[in-house]
Amino acid sequence: MATKDGGISLSRQRQRAAFWFLAPMLAALFLVAAWPLLRTIWFSLTDTLLSDLYGGEWIGFNNYLSIRTLESGRVIYRGTLVDPAWWNAVWNTVRFAFVSVLFETLLGLIVALVLNAEFKGRGLVRAAILIPWAIPTIVSAKMWAWMLNDQFGIINDMMLNLGLIDQKIAWTASVDTAMYAVLMVDIWKTTPFMALLILAGLQMVPRDIYEAARLDGINPVRVFFKITLPLIRPALAVAIIFRMLDALRIFDLVYVLTPNSAATKTMSVISRENMIDFDKFAYGAAQSTLLFAIIAIFVSLYIWLGKVDLSGEGQR
Amino acid sequence: MTAQKLLTTIAFYALVVVIVLFSVFPFYYAIVTSFATGTELFKVNYWPRSLDWSNYTSVLGGRNFVRSIWNSVFIATTTVAFALFLAVTASYALARVRFRGRGLLLMMILAVSMFPQIAVLAGLFELVRFLGIFNTPWAMIMSYVIFTLPFTVWVLTTFMRDLPVEIEEAAIVDGATPWIIITKVFLPLLWPALVTTGLLAFIGAWNEFLFALTFTSSETTRTVPVAIGLLSGASQQEIPWGPIMAASVIVTVPLIILVLIFQRKIVAGLTAGGVKG
Repeated sequence: MATKDGGISLSRQRQRAAFWFLAPMLAALFLVAAWPLLRTIWFSLTDTLLSDLYGGEWIGFNNYLSIRTLESGRVIYRGTLVDPAWWNAVWNTVRFAFVSVLFETLLGLIVALVLNAEFKGRGLVRAAILIPWAIPTIVSAKMWAWMLNDQFGIINDMMLNLGLIDQKIAWTASVDTAMYAVLMVDIWKTTPFMALLILAGLQMVPRDIYEAARLDGINPVRVFFKITLPLIRPALAVAIIFRMLDALRIFDLVYVLTPNSAATKTMSVISRENMIDFDKFAYGAAQSTLLFAIIAIFVSLYIWLGKVDLSGEGQR
Repeated sequence: MTAQKLLTTIAFYALVVVIVLFSVFPFYYAIVTSFATGTELFKVNYWPRSLDWSNYTSVLGGRNFVRSIWNSVFIATTTVAFALFLAVTASYALARVRFRGRGLLLMMILAVSMFPQIAVLAGLFELVRFLGIFNTPWAMIMSYVIFTLPFTVWVLTTFMRDLPVEIEEAAIVDGATPWIIITKVFLPLLWPALVTTGLLAFIGAWNEFLFALTFTSSETTRTVPVAIGLLSGASQQEIPWGPIMAASVIVTVPLIILVLIFQRKIVAGLTAGGVKG
């Protein structure tokens, strides 16, 4: 009896301590995440200006969509949801996210399979692929902007020498190629991250499975699709969702590599532009709220449909 | 059979070489460019032609760039110290104490780390103005908590879960309070994890661009990414590529050295966190 009481009060004591240990972190997260998010949503329902943050008045959903019927019977639609610039940004972001994540996953898988093999100099290769990851995004944007420079860039020079192109291309400035430039840099920078996450999954696959398959004389390609891929599926699913979320909110690379290009402007870029540069603070807030909603829906669907275990609690 | 095996080996090593070249070349080319000046810049050089340090002296000679480096160092260090301090106790509670809603709380913390930062920009801008810290390092230190804290909590929680239960039980039997357990028992064991998460959070804070761009308005308060991102010449046509590359090399070399030294730990931390640093 006495021990049982002792057990209860001990776990009580631990739970009380846990509360006090968590409180400062929760307070900090409320201050910098929850509260600003609520304020952003609030701003999106007003006509607040950057120059006068407290002068805004409630205008309901007019920043999103307002429908007004004129006396002549003409109906006027306004707001983000009928703004072609916004839908252009949505399309740019989605296209960027899907293409970049697709390539990063495929290339990351190849790099991970290479690193999972045993060969001389493996440590060196792993060190080398960490370099793109370690370079700040802004620095890589500038480095590639220089390499992709239309007049003096080394990429045009290489491609001309190899006969791939017959005239110099203005990669970052031209509407047709700006998105390719952004994709190129992002894939270069993020494939290592993907490769490392997939490699961690690969290393959990017991080696004797491969051994057994090899002794049975099964084709390595078949082994990959029938054994390896199903076993690393959970790791792959988590890696893809993290990358996807990162890609959907991309800002810095686009902002620095292709400034003011309609061909690459993403949701984050257009929101900030309206908020800070164009003094349409509330309008930008509405756009960033929409981005938040899109991402939230996407994550919920992904977790629900893919039954992805993100918390890691399921393993224990 | 052996011919085929030889061919596979050659193909494999060719792939390895391609991977390494592709990873390293852009940075190599930045170094080559950073040593080129004048008309040298306008010729494509695959190999360094001269060792001209004038781009470096011009970048470091301008007072603002050195200032930016100090801003970044101060901001990143303070943010990391703050995040680690809060995260150690919080992750102890999340990893070692059973309470209702723990899974939900973990998911919420993860959700914050995956937030699109633009979604809080308007609200944070108001908060920064309200607190009167616009255009000071504190605006960045406060806002960087949004991605450093969830990340450190998340990674430290996974590390702490794996510590053996026996150590803690022994301490409880000896009458240790949770605070004593954290500071005297767990902290010494956690040092490697703290170094890893601290380093990753530092890199994240060092590289951040959106908040730093929005919450600073003068050249002296800029962080390194903003300084490099906005480094421009006298006119639009004259982008100073030499100095930009020199600045890029200066801020990247320390990061690369750190990453290479802590390679193994970083890979472990990244995979535990699953979050881009």
